[in-house]
Order: sequence, then structure tokens, then C-alpha cells
Amino acid sequence: MASENIIEVQNVTINFEGKIALSSLSFSVKKGERIALIGPSGAGKTTLLNTIATFIKPDEGQILIDELGSSELDDRKKLSRKIGMIRQQFDLVHQLPVVHNVLAGKLGQWGFFKSLWSLIFPQEKSLALRALERVGLKDKLYEKTANLSGGEQQRVALARLLVQSPEIILADEPVASLDPARAEDVLSMLTKLVIEENQTLITSLHSVEYAKKYFTRIIALRDGAVFFDLPVDEIQAENLASLYQLKEHM
Amino acid sequence: MQADFFARKRKNSLGFFGILVAITVGAIVITEYDIVKGFESLPRAVTWALGNFYPTQESLVKFPDILSSLIETLLVSIAATSIGAVFALFFAIMGSNTTRVNAFFGSISRVIATLFRNIDVAAWALILLFSFGQSSLTGYFALFFGSFGFLTRAFVETIDEVSGGSVEALRATGANYASIIFQSVIPSSVPQMLSWVLFMIETNIRSATLIGLLTGSGIGFTFNLYYKSLNYDIASLVVVTIIVSILLIESISNYVRRVIL
Repeated sequence: MASENIIEVQNVTINFEGKIALSSLSFSVKKGERIALIGPSGAGKTTLLNTIATFIKPDEGQILIDELGSSELDDRKKLSRKIGMIRQQFDLVHQLPVVHNVLAGKLGQWGFFKSLWSLIFPQEKSLALRALERVGLKDKLYEKTANLSGGEQQRVALARLLVQSPEIILADEPVASLDPARAEDVLSMLTKLVIEENQTLITSLHSVEYAKKYFTRIIALRDGAVFFDLPVDEIQAENLASLYQLKEHM
Repeated sequence: MQADFFARKRKNSLGFFGILVAITVGAIVITEYDIVKGFESLPRAVTWALGNFYPTQESLVKFPDILSSLIETLLVSIAATSIGAVFALFFAIMGSNTTRVNAFFGSISRVIATLFRNIDVAAWALILLFSFGQSSLTGYFALFFGSFGFLTRAFVETIDEVSGGSVEALRATGANYASIIFQSVIPSSVPQMLSWVLFMIETNIRSATLIGLLTGSGIGFTFNLYYKSLNYDIASLVVVTIIVSILLIESISNYVRRVIL
């Protein structure tokens, strides 16, 4: 693997009950790139992200992640230093105060007793506070998570990622359940933090406009294959038109 | 087309109603139940109850005794339910598809829970009478087994319902199994689980009365004692006490539920 490539996807094929979800997909990602995955619903964007996160094992082909051997990919603890994930549903524990959800980013590095103790007396609180400050929620440290708005909850999920501090961030439709103003707010915050931390970002998105505005490269998927893979400034209108065309008209 | 649809629907419900009537009539014929006699005896029952079955001044003498056996019943129900809940939590975590360790232990714990759930508490009481005799311990175990089975089932549903996404998210942060359980599964499901436990306590207080009849303990035994010895005024006082205490417990648990949910 070339040293500047942090992720390398090689001929990855995945079948779900006989249906092909990803067909012989290959591309590589350089450190520091911000990639938007676009494409029609069902194109395989979420499957691809879950595969890179190793939640799904490819049926054929392999995914190489910076300096990690295939056995180390099974070690969630090690993997969590490399890859962090954020999703459309935020996946927070609503019953707990914000601080615990933010510190959840540290659970991979903490032992069991420290984690349990932290539920009563939050450990490394200053870390959580700094993370919340950066996403603009400094005053919500002890607020019950369920009481926050959707946009605020997604920012708590961002703070959790900050605490986890992985080298690669995978975001699956991170703004799909937010209104346009909150969506733009969260996206600009996400990309700003990624640039500050010198992280690599892969985000699946439905908005081509945001993809062009906040990302450096766009990979378009269609029917489980790469439809085009271009730097943002080389994207043409006709690329996009044919990407989202409905099957009946082809 | 639409008229067709409604006509078909009407025909279906008419057919269903017809089958229901047929089953009812069939059941009456087979069991030789006399409807007229059944309804005729209803007013007589009411007259009898109004004439005999009410607390009197004298029966109040027995009130402290009744109260102490009621408290015994309440405590046994609460103890059985809460210990049952602890075991149920463990089995539910093992049995839930989101949190089980592996498929084998998952099905084993579900089978055990199903077994305990599908034997009624009264049946448990009869079975346990052989081992523990007539004591409140028998009643305690009967309620414990019943609650354990039911609560396991309810907890599994709760875990599957609330904690899918956050479990996956914590796995992605590298948290180990125990941390995922304590940081995500339990905090997210605690309010619903408490609600189930409160429901179970209410149900158990009702069942405890019946089980007391079988095991010769608690308020059920007290009722049986006075009823069989034809002290209807005291027996009715027992019934009134039970009703009042159940209403009280229900309103307390409704209040707690409102606060936590």
C-alpha cells in the first residue's frame, strides 16, 4: 500500500441474500481527503461505509486501513483509534446527561471499572467540556440528552467523535434528519473540525450542493459500483444528471 | 371498484360475526349451559351480597389482623417481583438479539424464560406445595417464578426496542461488551423496565390473594378463613381492604411512571 493512502478498497463485493449490494468496488483514499459519497437511494453508500467500519465483512476483495493488519481490524479497541462513525440517527443514549454521551468516545481506551465509575463521577470531564465548547454546547454538559433538539444532538455526537479522536471519520447521512439550516450548520462544523484535526472524512450525502461546497472529492455510487470518482472542481452537470436518472428513462 | 371493496368488507365482517355466533351457540350446547337460569340467578346473587356481604361494626375488631396479613402479602409480592426482575435482567441481556453473547446462550435463556412464563402462578403454587408445604415461602417462589418469566420477556422486548443504534455506536468507539451494557443498554431501558416492574408488582398483589388461598398464607388465607367459617362481614372487610390497597398501589405506580417516563 502506498504510504500516503490511508484507506484502500480493493475489489470489494458484497451480496445480501443473492442481491449484489457492492460489486467489485475499488478506490483509495489519501490522508486528509474529504470525500462525499453520493448516489441514488439503494446505491450501496451505507453498505460501503459499514464495510469500511468493519461492521460488514466483504464477500470478496479486501479493505486495507493504514498500518493495520487484517487481524488488527478485528480488535475494536485498536480500530477505534483509527475509525470513528457518526450516523443519521445520532445514536446517543437519551436517558443519560450529555457529558456521558460525549465521554463514550473514551470507552475504547478506558477499562471497565473506570467506565462504570465515570457514570457516577464523570472522568476526564475537562476533555468533554473542551469538546462541547468546540461544538458550541458548553452550557449543556449536564442536560439530559433527550431534551436537546435534533441539531444539538448531532453536535453532541460530533463532540463524542472529538473525544474519540480517530484518524478517519465515516459519516452516514449525518444531516439527513435535520432541516436545511441545521444541516448546513452541522456539516460546516464537521468539516471544520476535520480540517483542524487533520482527519480524513468520508460522508454519504443526498445533497450535491453540500458535497461540492464542503468536500474535496466526490465518489458517486450507482447499483453498487463506482459511477464516477472526481475531484470536486471537475464535476460536470451531465455527470450528476445521469447519476440520478431513474431506471425507466435509461 | 370502490363499492365492490366496501361490499366485500361488509360481507367479510358479516361472515365473521356469523362464525362467532355459531361458536357461542355450539359452546352452550356442549357445556349444557342454561342461559335463562344463569341470568335469573344474577339478581339473587346481588340480593344475597347486599344482605350478608358487608362489613359491620363488630368486624372492625379484626381489622389489625387483616392489615398485618395484607402487609405480609404486599411485602412478599414486592420481594418476589424485585428479585425476579434482577434475574430477568440477566436473562434478558443474554436472550436479546442485540446484546446476547452468542446464539446458543441466547436461545437457552429464551427457552428457560418461556418455560417459566407459560406455567401460571397458581400452577406454580400447586407444584411448589409439594416441596415447601403451606407457607408464605411457597407463595413467594410461585410469584418469583411467574414474574421472572414474564419480566424476562418484557425486558427482551424493551432492550431490542430502545438500544439498537446506541449499541452500534458504542461498538464503534471501541467499548467492550460490559461497557456497552452498562453505558447504553441499561440506561436506555431503565425507565421502561421500571414501568414493567411496577406493573408486575400490581399484578402480583392480585395473584398473591389467590395464591394465599392455596398456600395458606397472607391475605388470601385470611379471606378464606372467615369466608369458610361463614363470617361474611369480616370476609367482606377483607375484600374492601384488598380493593383499597390495590387502588392505592396503582395510583402510586401511575405517579412513579409519570415521573420516570
